Amino acid sequence: MSDYLGDFASLLSQYDVLAAFWVNIQLTFWAALGSLVLGSVLALMRISPVASLRAVGAGYVNIVRNTPLTIILVFLVLGVWSQLAINVSSDFNRNFFIYAIIGLSLYHASFVCEAIRSGVNTVPLGQAEAARAIGLGFFPAARHVIFPQALRGAVTPLGNTLIALTKNTTVAAAASVTEISALMKTMIEFRPDVIVAIFLTVALGFVVIVIPVGLLTTWLSRKVAVKR
Amino acid sequence: MKFRKSAVVTALAATAALSLTACGGPGDSGGSGGSSEAGGDTLRVGIKYDQPGLGFKDGDTYSGFDVDVARYIAKELGYPEDKIGWVESPSANRENMLSNGQVDMIVATYSITDARKQSVNFAGPYFVAGQDLLVKSDNTDIKGPEDLEGKNLCSVTGSTSAQKIKEKYAGSVNLVEQGGYADCVTMLGSGGVDAVTTDDIILAGLAATDANKGKFKVVGAPFTEEKYGVGIPKDSDKCQAINDAITKMVDDGSWEKAVTSNTQGADYKYNTKLNPPKPEPCS
Repeated sequence: MSDYLGDFASLLSQYDVLAAFWVNIQLTFWAALGSLVLGSVLALMRISPVASLRAVGAGYVNIVRNTPLTIILVFLVLGVWSQLAINVSSDFNRNFFIYAIIGLSLYHASFVCEAIRSGVNTVPLGQAEAARAIGLGFFPAARHVIFPQALRGAVTPLGNTLIALTKNTTVAAAASVTEISALMKTMIEFRPDVIVAIFLTVALGFVVIVIPVGLLTTWLSRKVAVKR
Repeated sequence: MKFRKSAVVTALAATAALSLTACGGPGDSGGSGGSSEAGGDTLRVGIKYDQPGLGFKDGDTYSGFDVDVARYIAKELGYPEDKIGWVESPSANRENMLSNGQVDMIVATYSITDARKQSVNFAGPYFVAGQDLLVKSDNTDIKGPEDLEGKNLCSVTGSTSAQKIKEKYAGSVNLVEQGGYADCVTMLGSGGVDAVTTDDIILAGLAATDANKGKFKVVGAPFTEEKYGVGIPKDSDKCQAINDAITKMVDDGSWEKAVTSNTQGADYKYNTKLNPPKPEPCS
């Protein structure tokens, strides 16, 4: 028993688990930002009065949402980087980090779009009609009337998307980013004697990261809820 | 401070207790594992299913050097071909499969290391591989790891080969890590990377597949020593019998035939200084 603890402690001193988790947190942050921007644009397109924009938005969501994330990331690295030789950064490792953020953003934007659209559905139709009645065009109406209410209603689904995104950052290993799941593979390769403790450490790490996100989401969704 | 220390110890203890209950005791590894082929008269052998030239599953047929070695050992142990139950054993699961009794032995590019010896036993080695480089067949400027300065290199995430490169050549080599060697070879073909690194015989197996024949070559300057052993459970009594089988396989020429037939077309010569190896005495 104490042997096992000693082995486990030596594992933690041998590998920098915290640094690997930090990479996942950075990926989560940038990809959350990217997918929020792209997802908002897509949501705007899907509720716009222009049919072609609606079609493009719906097409994007249906295609990207139904493509496995691994395939998107492998395509970016094997197809775009290796085959087409497109570099997004002059620093070799930074390159893959940015590719991973692009892939995660593209993928989660479709979920963000749907989360916001579900928020839009919580806004009574009368709000939009009233906004148009006082002379606001589509964009002013969306910006000043619909979106502020829609985002408040979308806090919970957006939080769920953020939690999914946090855990999906482990797929970035497929894009050659050294994050926690890649480190886990390395640790298992070299320290099979404490394999179960390795799994539990990684699982526990994600629980520690994700629980505050969930709590924050619940608190925020209550605080900003539109009282009707 | 005192409190925090004790909290850490408690957390560690809880983790360890959980993990200990998760693995059953060594006594219950009687062969009632998860494999559907489990039975008293079959030999369950763990191999790779996705490593051409070593352990490869194509429909219902299994091929490769590891598979040939496993077949020979099984025959010597008294199990004909139809009494072998093949089980896939990915790298990360090998120790667990042995200690849980899901397989009777593992022949799957399994390097003998001290860390692994703590949880499993090894018979053999039956081959001594070395980390080497695979390059395009028209490449002439990469002759060894020291020529990789500023070049892009591909290996598999979490593998020993990737780790070796990180430790020794981290400053000068651009390392790409992929999920599998097939992805690395694709990158090599499209020019994204200049070389792929892992054990020489694995590279030779990849280069010998029909799709890759003639396109790539193994550089032939191994810079590590990986002794491939036959993994067996701690309580197995087969070690000596397996060692005898390996010795016999080398002596009657089947070993040589297995190596050459599985790496044909890759322009590969195994390291004759270290091969064929003498099995280490069983502990």
